[in-house]
Amino acid sequence: MSVEEALGTPGAGPGSHGDHGREEAHASPAFYWTIGAILTVITAVEVAIFYVPSAQPVLVPSLLLLSAAKFALVVLFFMHLKFDSKVFTGLFSAGMVLAMFLVVALVILYKVLPQHPSGV
Amino acid sequence: MAQAVALAHDDHHYTSTGLSTWKVGFWTFIGSECLFFATLIATYMVYKGRSVTGPYPHEILDIPLTTISTFVLLMSSLAMVLALDGVRRGSRKLALLWLGAVILLGSTFVGFQVYEFSHFVHQGLTLQSNVFGSSFYVLTGFHGAHVTVGIIWMLTLWILAFRNRLPATDALKVEVAGLYWHFVDIVWIVIFTLVYLIQ
Repeated sequence: MSVEEALGTPGAGPGSHGDHGREEAHASPAFYWTIGAILTVITAVEVAIFYVPSAQPVLVPSLLLLSAAKFALVVLFFMHLKFDSKVFTGLFSAGMVLAMFLVVALVILYKVLPQHPSGV
Repeated sequence: MAQAVALAHDDHHYTSTGLSTWKVGFWTFIGSECLFFATLIATYMVYKGRSVTGPYPHEILDIPLTTISTFVLLMSSLAMVLALDGVRRGSRKLALLWLGAVILLGSTFVGFQVYEFSHFVHQGLTLQSNVFGSSFYVLTGFHGAHVTVGIIWMLTLWILAFRNRLPATDALKVEVAGLYWHFVDIVWIVIFTLVYLIQ
């Protein structure tokens, strides 16, 4: 089932907003169940990788990649960002980019760069 | 006629762009929440591996248990979109079923967290034990508080649906609540990977 097949006509449902229908699109329950199943499989793969000794050299990049995939699936389909207005994507992306910059900057400052002898 | 009645009852406000003010406001709030959790995650990452006394993460974190609670939270997100779908279809039965499922699964997740925290305290990890304890409890505790707020929110929606006061025209109320619930879910996806799996 393609994404296009799973989705109904935007703004056509009983809860649609008529002229404001461009904000939203409705997916079928079957499509949501498929996304739920994919999320479950990815979580199972993550835990499997954690316990497989041969996967240890690629553990961190693999887990980050799988985690990013789960994150994207929830944001795009459960939060409807893929089919909603780009304004919402912009608002969320602004927060996410700033958040990632904050985490990376603090980790570099306190863990990567040489520390003062006092430990501060 | 039905559409005219539906639009007459559609008392939500829209910006000049045609976007709902509720959704614009709530997506802005979610953007700010990203920064809130980023500070907590950054603090955890900075202090990771700097504890001079135990218990240490590898000694105490229970991956199988947390995997189950992660699965429970992911399924609650699925139940949330199905609840929204039910409300949009004007089905009170589906709305009650899936909102009830969200409440039940969310409560189960919080129950797992309460069990985990009490187990860790018995093993000697408190907020004051070491920097791992401080940063871990603050990060996961704030997340748990967000889940609890979400459960209360879902409970109010369930009561509205039960009293037949959640028609299809009010689907936006469920959609905004759903945005909050899914955000809490994606924060846990990040915490599960960075705190539990990458030790």
